[in-house]
Amino acid sequence: MNENSEYILETRNLNLYYGNFLAVADVNIKIRRHQITAIIGPSGCGKSTLLRAFNRMNELVPTARTEGEILFNNENIYDPSIDPVEVRRRIGMVFQKPNPFPKSIYENIAWGLRINGFRGSKSELDDLVEKALRDAALWDEVKDKLDQSGLSLSGGQQQRLCIARTIAVRPEVILMDEPASALDPIATLRIEELMQELKKNYTIIIVTHNMQQAARVSDYTAMMMLRNHEDRSGTVIEFDRTEVIFTNPRDKRTQDYVTGRFG
Amino acid sequence: MTAITSSLRDITFEQQLAQRQRRGKILEIAALIAILLGIAMLLTLLVDVVIDGLPWLRPQLFTEFPSRFPEKSGLRSAIQGSIWLMVFTSIMVIPIGVGAGIYLEEFAPRNRLTEFIEINIANLAGVPSIIYGLLGLGLFVRGLGLGRSLIAGALTMTLLVLPIIIVTTREAIRAVPRSIRLAALALGASQWETARDHVLVYSMPAILTGVILAMSRAIGETAPLITIGALTYIAFDLRGPLDIFTVLPIQIFNWVSLPQKGFHDLAAAGIIVLLVLLLSMNALAIWLRNRLFIRW
Repeated sequence: MNENSEYILETRNLNLYYGNFLAVADVNIKIRRHQITAIIGPSGCGKSTLLRAFNRMNELVPTARTEGEILFNNENIYDPSIDPVEVRRRIGMVFQKPNPFPKSIYENIAWGLRINGFRGSKSELDDLVEKALRDAALWDEVKDKLDQSGLSLSGGQQQRLCIARTIAVRPEVILMDEPASALDPIATLRIEELMQELKKNYTIIIVTHNMQQAARVSDYTAMMMLRNHEDRSGTVIEFDRTEVIFTNPRDKRTQDYVTGRFG
Repeated sequence: MTAITSSLRDITFEQQLAQRQRRGKILEIAALIAILLGIAMLLTLLVDVVIDGLPWLRPQLFTEFPSRFPEKSGLRSAIQGSIWLMVFTSIMVIPIGVGAGIYLEEFAPRNRLTEFIEINIANLAGVPSIIYGLLGLGLFVRGLGLGRSLIAGALTMTLLVLPIIIVTTREAIRAVPRSIRLAALALGASQWETARDHVLVYSMPAILTGVILAMSRAIGETAPLITIGALTYIAFDLRGPLDIFTVLPIQIFNWVSLPQKGFHDLAAAGIIVLLVLLLSMNALAIWLRNRLFIRW
């Protein structure tokens, strides 16, 4: 394992199926460490499916099946010897709709630490909870009400709580599935600013429908689209630096999509 | 209506409208009569029972054993039997029922066998209770040689309410949104940790409500206990789970079937006790639901 190589994740001939339906076909991309990679593309082209393959959340769909490899620090996470629980601890996820636990704000963060083997004192736990909340730019808003339910927060705060919960267990990668699509523009902006902060310590992969958002926040962009209209399988048609994708794409379909001339 | 000029008025429409509204009114009244009928019957029953039974609601009712004389009769052994039957049934049925519900909802593979088991559990919840009595008689009283004991009765009741508890547990668990499970799993939790610390915790108020309602059904059950041979005349305190026993509804049934008027009134008093018990259990369930349920 080389923790310092330029690429943290790499997909090799990745095919993702639901039953017999090939949802995502033949993806070969390399994700750079400490960069934000956006996955964009029209609805139904398999963006979320691809994202969920990176921490084996796809397997929770009973019919889902994976072919090919995803190398995480050069180790195949789909190797039979790898436990998906271990993968998910190191590759965390933030969901589209904020989903805090209906527990206190404090417990929302402490729980992940405890199940991942935290055995320290109460004050050490307090420190870790505070650090996670600070890193998620939420501490100042909630420090006086840590015992209140996570559900009592606003949508944007809830989403930052979910981010705090995720980074508390110190994953290496954070997967974000349209993390701001349920939020208002101001809350969205805060999440985007937060991502720029988090990038220093984490690698982020974000699925977004919002092309301005992809252009604003990401360093690299993967453009996904259906291969053809017969098999309805999505694939990555172009993967490059974000400014290239948005200003000078090689693929005509990418150009049509990012300039809004698609469909 | 008056604002609409006559040239725009649609006579046919207006006539039909009046007729349509009349029809709605008629149905409304019919529905009202239906509910009043139900309430009236219940009230008649209650008033009748209270008038007969109230004078007999005195301390002796709770402290005396049954006797040949109505004045000396009480529900002591029946109340003991009912309470201990509930205690033993709960001890057995809650872990098994909740465990089965969790397994089916959170862990069982989606295949034909699971489906088959699910359909059968749903059907079992609708099987007449006397069938469970016969099963209990064959299996526990005779098969395991437990005799007409409290434990045989509790085991029979366990079988009777088990499907109900499994079904309500599953419903309670299903009400926990999938997004919560995903959140826990994405933090690197195992399926068991997710179920233990989240799914089970958040569904517990609903599960408890279901358990209480199932128990309040069990406390009123008579047929299966008569089938396994629960006695009506027990004139001593319950000494243990292997002792013979009786319960409230059986005692009431027995008193009603005696010829003396005194016993009939005593039965009415017993019904009041049973009703109060049932209503308090249901009230507790409703209170739990209102207080502890999580609004997602």
